[in-house]
Amino acid sequence: MLTLKQGRQLQTVLLGTLAWLVALTIFFPIFWMILTSFKTEIDAFATPPQLFFTPTLENYLHIDARSDYFHFAWNSVVVSFGSTLLGMLLAVPAAYSMAFFETKRTKSTLLWMLSTKMLPPVGVLVPIYLIFKDFGLLDTKFGLVLIYTLINLPIMVWMVYTYFKEIPKDILEAARLDGATALQEIYRVLLPISKGGLASTVLLSLILSWNEAFWSLNLTASSAAPLTALVASYSSPEGLFWAKLSAVSTLACAPILIFGWLSQKQLVRGLSFGAVK
Amino acid sequence: MSDLTIRNLKKSFDDTHIIKGIDLDIKDHEFVVFVGPSGCGKSTLLRLIAGLEEVTSGSIQLDERDITDVAPAKRDLAMVFQSYALYPHMTVRKNMSFALDLAGIDKAEIQRKVEDAAKVLELGPLLERKPKALSGGQRQRVAIGRSIVRNPKIFLFDEPLSNLDAALRVLMRLELARLHKELNATMIYVTHDQVEAMTLADKVVVLNAGRVEQVGSPLELYHHPVNQFVAGFIGTPKMAFLKGTVKAVSNAGVTVALDCGPHYQLPHQSTSLKPGDDITFGIRPENIEVVGADQSPFKVRLDVTEHLGADTYCYIKLANGEMMTVRAPGDFMADYGQNAGLLPDLSQAHLFDASGKTIPRPRTPAQAA
Amino acid sequence: MSISSLPAEGTAHASAPPVTVHEERQRQSRLSLAMVSPSVAVLLIWMAVPLAMTIYFSLIRYNLLYPGDNDFVGLENYYFFLTDEGFTAGMTNTLLLVCSVLLISVVVGVLIAVLVDTSFWGRGIVRVLLISPFFIMPTVSALVWKNLLLHPVSGVFAAVWRFFGAEPIDWFATYPMEAIILIVSWQWVPFAVLLLMTAMQSLDQEQKDAARLDGAGPVAIFWHITLPHLARPIAVVVMIETIFLLSIFAEIFTTTGGGPGYETTNLAYLIYSQALLQFDVGLASAGGLVAVLLANIAAFILIRMIGKNLTDKG
Repeated sequence: MLTLKQGRQLQTVLLGTLAWLVALTIFFPIFWMILTSFKTEIDAFATPPQLFFTPTLENYLHIDARSDYFHFAWNSVVVSFGSTLLGMLLAVPAAYSMAFFETKRTKSTLLWMLSTKMLPPVGVLVPIYLIFKDFGLLDTKFGLVLIYTLINLPIMVWMVYTYFKEIPKDILEAARLDGATALQEIYRVLLPISKGGLASTVLLSLILSWNEAFWSLNLTASSAAPLTALVASYSSPEGLFWAKLSAVSTLACAPILIFGWLSQKQLVRGLSFGAVK
Repeated sequence: MSDLTIRNLKKSFDDTHIIKGIDLDIKDHEFVVFVGPSGCGKSTLLRLIAGLEEVTSGSIQLDERDITDVAPAKRDLAMVFQSYALYPHMTVRKNMSFALDLAGIDKAEIQRKVEDAAKVLELGPLLERKPKALSGGQRQRVAIGRSIVRNPKIFLFDEPLSNLDAALRVLMRLELARLHKELNATMIYVTHDQVEAMTLADKVVVLNAGRVEQVGSPLELYHHPVNQFVAGFIGTPKMAFLKGTVKAVSNAGVTVALDCGPHYQLPHQSTSLKPGDDITFGIRPENIEVVGADQSPFKVRLDVTEHLGADTYCYIKLANGEMMTVRAPGDFMADYGQNAGLLPDLSQAHLFDASGKTIPRPRTPAQAA
Repeated sequence: MSISSLPAEGTAHASAPPVTVHEERQRQSRLSLAMVSPSVAVLLIWMAVPLAMTIYFSLIRYNLLYPGDNDFVGLENYYFFLTDEGFTAGMTNTLLLVCSVLLISVVVGVLIAVLVDTSFWGRGIVRVLLISPFFIMPTVSALVWKNLLLHPVSGVFAAVWRFFGAEPIDWFATYPMEAIILIVSWQWVPFAVLLLMTAMQSLDQEQKDAARLDGAGPVAIFWHITLPHLARPIAVVVMIETIFLLSIFAEIFTTTGGGPGYETTNLAYLIYSQALLQFDVGLASAGGLVAVLLANIAAFILIRMIGKNLTDKG
């Protein structure tokens, strides 16, 4: 018969082992992708798949060989950062206004913003495509920046709003008593206090823009195509370069994966529109 | 000089009237405490004075200057918030200098003022710390320091001690009293705790449901409350209220019959009362003596007794359901359910008419002061 | 006191400060309107203009291959879209995909969240491993699954099947929809885990202790305490995932291209293929509106369910 303590310990070990097994299983595809990126094309295609092999950096060193990797990566960077910057410029004032000067319309405005996320992209694919064609925005980075800003704006407003809501009103009133004007209140009190929340909003926007793969596949061809489109191009039959695909994918996912790990806690709030903290 | 004059001040949010017409005069150097139950409008009144809320009607004057509609920062007032409202991203020094900095005051001058205030509050070693590295009491002092550097005409405090534990609260209370003497400043202080009001105030303003019930010194309120509300609110444990009927009114005073039994002749003078009127008899716990059951016509059964060391509180539930508390000496012993008699000191008793208004009683020379 | 008073009238300010409480209030309300308007305006345009155009296009004949032939055709496009064999398939596949993935991610998500809520060695790393797939871009996860894992000859699954003496399966030929559901679930289970794991942390430990003293076993605690506590986060997971799952595109685009036949074509992919592969703008627009309608029905139900909760908490 086990004592209570022994029972506890055994339970912990068993549950821990089970958790590790589940986690490793779920992570396996990513692990396998990274592993394959260090194989030669021949090892990558071997049957049965090789767990042990002579690693090579060839795929990374010649990352540009099959495709212009850096061109696509640069597009991803520009589009993600551009839309995040533009989004923050719009979202922060809106969230400030709604969090601190609540009116009767505030709640419905917030819900309405959320509802724009419900509009399926395919519903407006055709007109957006035609508008982009008419304005010469097809396959431009600026066009993608616009789209990403719009699709991420509701999430950003919500996220910043929930952070602002947590700042005690007293602090802003104290600033007002101290003689701060509205702008001074924002720059010298509000923004410094909420910089953690703003940083995670920026991260979430970067992650969402970086991984977006509906508009980037439909509105770009080559000159503005980001990494999502580059990876998709490997799906064509002539693209059976698994090791290179893995290397490109690993590089494309690594920064976002690290961002995600770093900010998992704060992301929950943004991804759940503040409903889970 | 800093005299604050409030005239017929009203404040409504939509259709809810929070402040229903308040007149108040606050003199230079006074320590004034607004006290009342939660929801009485005391915090709103303070925020109106601070300019954080827009006045619905009426006026506020500070030294002849009408500040009813002046922006908060321009009123020459400083406020200490219940939550302290320190800027979490700034050091103690920056917290204290922020207002001066915004006003564009010369750096050396700011430095001097901050150091001065830090000295008064013994904050010197903490100046470069952030608020989260401070204890509750230290934060409280920073919040006060932030007010001091601005050298305001009036200090406003919104329940500043309510976030501190009991021991620290007593300590900070003393410190505030000392500060008031040292700065010789005018202070307005909001609290729901009547002990704070009694201990700190030169003048207590008792508020209830958006109106001033009574203004006066702590002892004035204690001995001569104008109505049953103030009588019940000031003093702890609470004054006992016993229902009764007027039996006779004469030059010698009023004779009342309490519902719980005893008849008393009281020295109160009234022209409005007549026999048969409903009346409430009020007596504070400290003005009752517990004696043997056969030594008083006021017979009761003692409920729980609490020994505090210096005093003993006896809780009593009367046969007709009324509750009362008696303060007995520290070594008083009684069993649960024991029979006893009560002897109220009738010269200290209070009478309230059916509308709750006090029937005045003769002032003893000491109380008249 | 020797310290001089602050200037009573504003002189030192660069921008003139508001003078009265009332003016300050007015200024604030104007400022706050000015701050919220840009976001509202761009979102309004983003919603209204394309939607209006979609409605218009859906009522005319409009094929990019035959320019100039733009007659008003009434509801003809809707008729063709709704009677197209692709529509029934697209509708069925969309619902199948959304419902399966929702079910899988909620059930698996809850189980994993409860599992990792106990403390064990390396819990931090386990959490990080568990949520990782969510951060992988859709095209990458689709290709990794298609080529490295599910490939009938060189894939890891094929090797496993052979190890157990079974014949490897050509997933995308035999079970295309199941394969897509597997990939999409792999991406979205971590999302559920992420939210539910966080929600688990706010579960009152004392409540569990009280239940244990009352004689509740682990299963009873799960049903009566944990699950009710997770009801709201689960609702949030369902809502957010529904929004994204209704428009799954890249995973299909990069793996099956909607095939074989219409077997993995969902509404999003169907409309895409009509608009950008067959250039029939009118027909695609009609389809787009059907998708909007569908999303709105889902959104209406979901917002009703939890939208109020969202703002109440905020």
